Amino acid sequence: MLALENGTVFRGRSAGAAGETGGEVVFNTSMTGYQEVLTDPSYSGQIVTMTCPEIGNYGVTAEDVESRGLQVAGFIIRSESPIASNWRAEGTLHDYLASHGVVAICDIDTRALTRLLRSSGVMRGMIGTGRVDAADLVERARALPQMEGADLVQGVTCQTPFAYKDLASNDFAIAPGRTSRVPLKVAAYDFGMKWNILRRFAAYGCDVTVYPASTPASQLLATKPDGLFFSNGPGDPAVLDYAIANAKTAVASGVPTFGICLGHQVLGLALGASTFKLKFGHRGANHPVKDLVTGKIEITSQNHGFAVDPATLPHDVEVTHKNLYDGTIEGLRHTSRPVFCVQYHPEAAPGPHDADYLFSQFIDAMEKGKTP
Amino acid sequence: MPKRTDLKRILVIGSGPIVIGQACEFDYSGTQACKALRSEGLQVILVNSNPATIMTDPETADRTYVEPLTVEAVEQVIARERPDALLPTVGGQTALNLAVDLAKAGVLEKYNVALIGASIEAIEVAEDRLKFKDAMRSIGIEVPESSVAGSMEQALETADRIGFPLIIRPSFTMGGVGGGIAYNIEEFREICQRGLGLSPVHEILVEESVIGWKEFELEVMRDHADNFVVICSIENIDPMGVHTGDSITVAPALTLTDREYQRMRDAARRIIRRVGVETGGSNIQFAINPADGRMVAIEMNPRVSRSSALASKATGFPIAKIAAKLALGYSLDEIPNDITRLTPASFEPTIDYVVVKVPRWAFEKFPQADRTLTTQMKSVGEAMAIGRTFKEAFLKAFRSLELGSSGRLLSQADAREDDVSLQQALGIPTDRRMWAVFRALERGWTLDEIHRLTHIDRWFLTQFQQIVELARAAEAVGARDLSDDLLRDLKRAGFADTDVARLIGTDEDSIRVRRQEAGLVPAYKRIDTCAAEFESYTPYMYGTFEDQCEAEPTSRPKVVILGSGPNRIGQGIEFDYCCCHAAFALRDQGYETVMVNCNPETVSTDYDSVDRLYFEPLTFEDVFAITEREKSQGGDVSCVVQYGGQTPLKLSLRLQEAGVKIIGTSPDSIDLAEDRERFAKLLWDLGIPQAASGTATSPEEAQDVAASIGFPVVVRPSYVLGGRAMAIVYDTAALDRYMRHAVQASPEHPILIDKFLEDATEIDVDAIADATGAVVIGGVMEHIEQAGIHSGDSSCVIPPFQLADRHVAAIRDYTRRVARALKVIGLMNAQFAIKDDVVYVLEVNPRASRTVPYLSKATGVPLAKVAANVMVGRSLADQGLTKDLEVRGSFVKTPVFPFVRFPGVDTLLGPEMKSTGEVMGGAETFGAAFAKAQMGAGQKLPQSGTAFISVNNRDKASVVPIARDLARLGFSLMATRGTAAYLRAHGIDASIVFKINEGRPHVGDELRNRRIALVINTPLGRDSYFDDRAVRSVAMMQGVPAITTLTGAAAAVSAIEAMRTEGLTVKSLQEYHAEMGR
Ligand SMILES: Nc1ncnc2c1ncn2[C@@H]1O[C@H](COP(=O)(O)OP(=O)(O)O)[C@@H](O)[C@H]1O
Ligand SMILES: Nc1ncnc2c1ncn2[C@@H]1O[C@H](COP(=O)(O)OP(=O)(O)O)[C@@H](O)[C@H]1O
Ligand SMILES: [Mg+2]
Ligand SMILES: [Mg+2]
Repeated sequence: MLALENGTVFRGRSAGAAGETGGEVVFNTSMTGYQEVLTDPSYSGQIVTMTCPEIGNYGVTAEDVESRGLQVAGFIIRSESPIASNWRAEGTLHDYLASHGVVAICDIDTRALTRLLRSSGVMRGMIGTGRVDAADLVERARALPQMEGADLVQGVTCQTPFAYKDLASNDFAIAPGRTSRVPLKVAAYDFGMKWNILRRFAAYGCDVTVYPASTPASQLLATKPDGLFFSNGPGDPAVLDYAIANAKTAVASGVPTFGICLGHQVLGLALGASTFKLKFGHRGANHPVKDLVTGKIEITSQNHGFAVDPATLPHDVEVTHKNLYDGTIEGLRHTSRPVFCVQYHPEAAPGPHDADYLFSQFIDAMEKGKTP
Repeated sequence: MPKRTDLKRILVIGSGPIVIGQACEFDYSGTQACKALRSEGLQVILVNSNPATIMTDPETADRTYVEPLTVEAVEQVIARERPDALLPTVGGQTALNLAVDLAKAGVLEKYNVALIGASIEAIEVAEDRLKFKDAMRSIGIEVPESSVAGSMEQALETADRIGFPLIIRPSFTMGGVGGGIAYNIEEFREICQRGLGLSPVHEILVEESVIGWKEFELEVMRDHADNFVVICSIENIDPMGVHTGDSITVAPALTLTDREYQRMRDAARRIIRRVGVETGGSNIQFAINPADGRMVAIEMNPRVSRSSALASKATGFPIAKIAAKLALGYSLDEIPNDITRLTPASFEPTIDYVVVKVPRWAFEKFPQADRTLTTQMKSVGEAMAIGRTFKEAFLKAFRSLELGSSGRLLSQADAREDDVSLQQALGIPTDRRMWAVFRALERGWTLDEIHRLTHIDRWFLTQFQQIVELARAAEAVGARDLSDDLLRDLKRAGFADTDVARLIGTDEDSIRVRRQEAGLVPAYKRIDTCAAEFESYTPYMYGTFEDQCEAEPTSRPKVVILGSGPNRIGQGIEFDYCCCHAAFALRDQGYETVMVNCNPETVSTDYDSVDRLYFEPLTFEDVFAITEREKSQGGDVSCVVQYGGQTPLKLSLRLQEAGVKIIGTSPDSIDLAEDRERFAKLLWDLGIPQAASGTATSPEEAQDVAASIGFPVVVRPSYVLGGRAMAIVYDTAALDRYMRHAVQASPEHPILIDKFLEDATEIDVDAIADATGAVVIGGVMEHIEQAGIHSGDSSCVIPPFQLADRHVAAIRDYTRRVARALKVIGLMNAQFAIKDDVVYVLEVNPRASRTVPYLSKATGVPLAKVAANVMVGRSLADQGLTKDLEVRGSFVKTPVFPFVRFPGVDTLLGPEMKSTGEVMGGAETFGAAFAKAQMGAGQKLPQSGTAFISVNNRDKASVVPIARDLARLGFSLMATRGTAAYLRAHGIDASIVFKINEGRPHVGDELRNRRIALVINTPLGRDSYFDDRAVRSVAMMQGVPAITTLTGAAAAVSAIEAMRTEGLTVKSLQEYHAEMGR
């Protein structure tokens, strides 16, 4: 059973582990890539609904994970596949969810749920399996902490720095626009970084060292990196004062700096803008984003509930990318310093590869930085 | 970038007659394109030889030419209209090829007409298989190994190199005509032979087989700014080896991981760039090896296609309309998304339902045809269904096919079928394979076993297995023990009430009652391109058993129009045309129009055509649920059943009994006309002659009837369209054989036996009658071929060119009296035969007919609209129609046939309809009009050369004047012995040639050596049956016109003469109509 804070209740079947779970209920409109979604740390604390009704068809495989394990608080689908049909599949979705203790529900009217979230905004909700009392579940949904004001990064960031070695196969990825002429060192903040970001950096010929979210920037700078990176991650950016402080240092350092998603929001905050919560967020693989410099349109992979407020942008920060659905900011650049970031996911996984060029841009910036 | 300002007049080329591989989808895309262009203030000049289209309505374009799609004709149009640009991408392969020919002939340059939407280079890279493969390799995209052969020798070399099985595909043929799969050298030679002959450039591609791989299609769009989006991914359930047009397909692709899908998307983007399609939509096909994910590109179509129509209907994204705007220079982000209004077209639709398309074949009409499905398309239509799950969509799609009892997938186990034959049925794909899959599952065969034989992905097989298990569960419990939960599961899995009823052993109505008690009624969800992320402003809906309904019916007075379902021979685009017109007219009358249909190709299923669209099967259950829903807010709801052919007619009585208000002619009158016995009595009372007739429910009865009325007789089941299972029998033995074959053709109804009127002239009449009893006759259409050849298969002409005035008068009088007697309100079609000076009524159909669009174009009066207004109470007089309609000049309608796709099938015509489409030719004289119709139908009547004549004895006398005319026109004559002797005896010189069974060189050799330009061959009776059959099929394969009736031959001669004297001229409908003062 799924219960929402507004009292709505959906009855379905359990599609994963037995038990109860709670979180912010959101929907994702991507038609492929459920496993990448499940393992994306940006979803921690959230119960994800896939709008695509047939889920689990191609099973799961270790190759397609975006982090150490499953990250979602819960999972909601319309129709679960009884089998895994793909040459790479290592197991079924159901077993995957069950064995990793993820509570999931299927056979509910996910479109009705999505329309509700669209019109009333995202809500807290609880999924309970077995015998559960609706009213009681609704109560517990209401008792859940709000997303706003919560630091979820600490739950997903790495504990100790590590150098990334490309393990998972990459044979599906597109050839990088170009690889760096000189070996480049990237120091990356892990706010819940998707592994495909690392895979892309590696593909572009960078050595990446990943640092826990709260590591002081000075420590990263001490390693004389060619570039700094602020990763994606879950929750409200505004409360991450340590990250914002580090971002300020990064900007000041003059070292080329790139940010994605939460990293983009943190940099935005560091640059003096403020952020706000979207009604129901952007989660999917079909959002059109316009590159305001070239005028070209990218179909982008998106996953965020907060955004940078355009009204609060300082004069030395310009908007480079705009969302053509709702006009929200999708990309920023500092006018005088080598700092740029995007709200969406150039690393895709899941989603189109249209924005992969951003990695080349970062390489350019770093190479320029090397040869003053 | 804003749109180009240098373009003012655009020429749009349509796709011509409906043929296998090119059906209504191009009327849908062409109409959308015309609308889009005009909404941008451009003038549209349209050329399309097919009158049964919305696009050739005079309102759709500024200038409408229903003229042959040939370089000659279109050059004249260009010369008259001087368009700035030509849009060749919305008229299928026909338009593309014609555009290339026009360019090659220097016409485009001469009148400096720009090509928009696709450049000649792009077209050639995409359509020329070799160029395409080189292009793919140049960008590192894998393609099956292959090489092009211009001769048998080259082909054989390649065969050695690659090894069997091999795919053979002719260049530049549409829908894979002439292609095939060869497993051995014999098959190989045969297919290559045929392919080389059929390719306009005498070139075939011999290709490595990837049979059994998974097949996918991406529908993509690109604008001049190089923005690229994927509109829809389509997965073929039937793996590689079965043409996508013959495959059961599903959208979105369901078995691809994100990595696999994105890799395909990346490839598609590079392909469209490389091929150089600057703006517009393209269809790109890929194959993926299920064992290791290896991906190869199969082909790309640089134009809108059948699949893009499917994708548009599946996603709500109007590809053709957007493509037209892109061609004008807009970029995707400058075009709004109709459905969400607030968001731009530069996005990728995401869908929260599953779409399944199932083809519909017409093999029952071509018994000798090979039912194996290969690389060349054989289906004539398709049904699409939408559900929240695959199972629901799949089962809805199958019931949308309207196959009756033979459509049932479940518990059809056949004890006589042994495992070996079942294995065959699975291993060799045919139109019936899916039924075999279900039989195998019911037999308990493992998924692996079935997968090994069919290569159908295990995911789909698992879904089928779940369906079978649900059915078992239902069978296990009786009607009494059926729990609400199980019923709910069954309905949510897409089972129809009739399915459930059959499984638990009760009737449909009690299941419906059970459902309603359990609160199990369909909810209607919207197709919104965005999975509910944004609000939808377009009531485009499908039914599903979910909690939340989004139908939001209004309380306005509304009319529900029932469409005609999947195209089939005998019920095609003409009926969709009529349904659209009903909608247009009633919308103008202030009604809210509601369309129900399940054919994705059509204009009627364009959400722009009506106020509310339900994409649902046309069964009683589905239609009744919709009318109930539409009633729920009050507001009068009535239903039009006259326009969709037999499909809605079959439902009319039950709908009425269930309390649905049917407007127009009453279901009882319909039954009175369809029920031969009741109808015979009516004619008798009216004193109108009809062929002696009777009905029989058993072979014995049939013999009695035949004995009393005398042979030959015409036999057929009642309630059929297109002369299904209809035959002319000459003796008791044949009659007995027929009775055993035909009775299964339609068990519910008795067999009708009529006296066959030999050598009678046949006439078609369409009329409109209103509530005041006024009757206006739209036209009296004289058939070229005599009665006995189905009305849909014979050419016809208005005005009549050989009828005596008294006969025409009688026909008009009979039509009026029958219409009044039947209390027709709306359209009525009647067929007459004149024999020995007597006018007989053959049949009367109180409904829209195949000839309505053709008549409307010829007369300039939109009959279907007028009739729709009549149905809602407006009189004919009130619409300014007080006398029968006239035409200026002469208009000929000529059918086109699919024989070229069915090698070995006899091309002889009979009372069972075989044509898939039609063209119209208009001119001052009958001869010129007939010539243009022939041209439009792809029959190149020769201007000179040798004519081969071989006719049966009855025809010998009447062939003499024809032969004489041919000689006079400078043809040299060649004939078989008997005919030659007869001609010589009448002073006409003719050389003698062997029949095929007489020795060599025989007529077949002469045909192959291209020494014969025209064949006139009437059936010579049983003994030489196979001989002339061979002649006809050789002629067809060689593209030599073969005429099988003397009336047809006479018409051909006058056409040849007219071309000599008058030459070819073109004129727009608007001009014709102006001359008639309309
Ligand atoms: N190399 C091949 N091996 C097996 N099947 C093939 C191969 N190439 C094409 N086919 C099958 O033939 C069908 C028609 O081929 P296609 O290239 O799409 O021609 P068309 O222009 O008629 O669509 C495809 O849908 C596919 O199922
Ligand atoms: N009594 C008859 N004598 C001669 N030809 C007939 C007779 N009845 C039917 N036919 C031929 O068969 C064709 C099909 O018959 P019809 O009643 O029109 O069936 P359908 O309902 O399929 O159109 C007619 O077009 C006509 O050519
Ligand atoms: Mg196919
Ligand atoms: Mg194809």
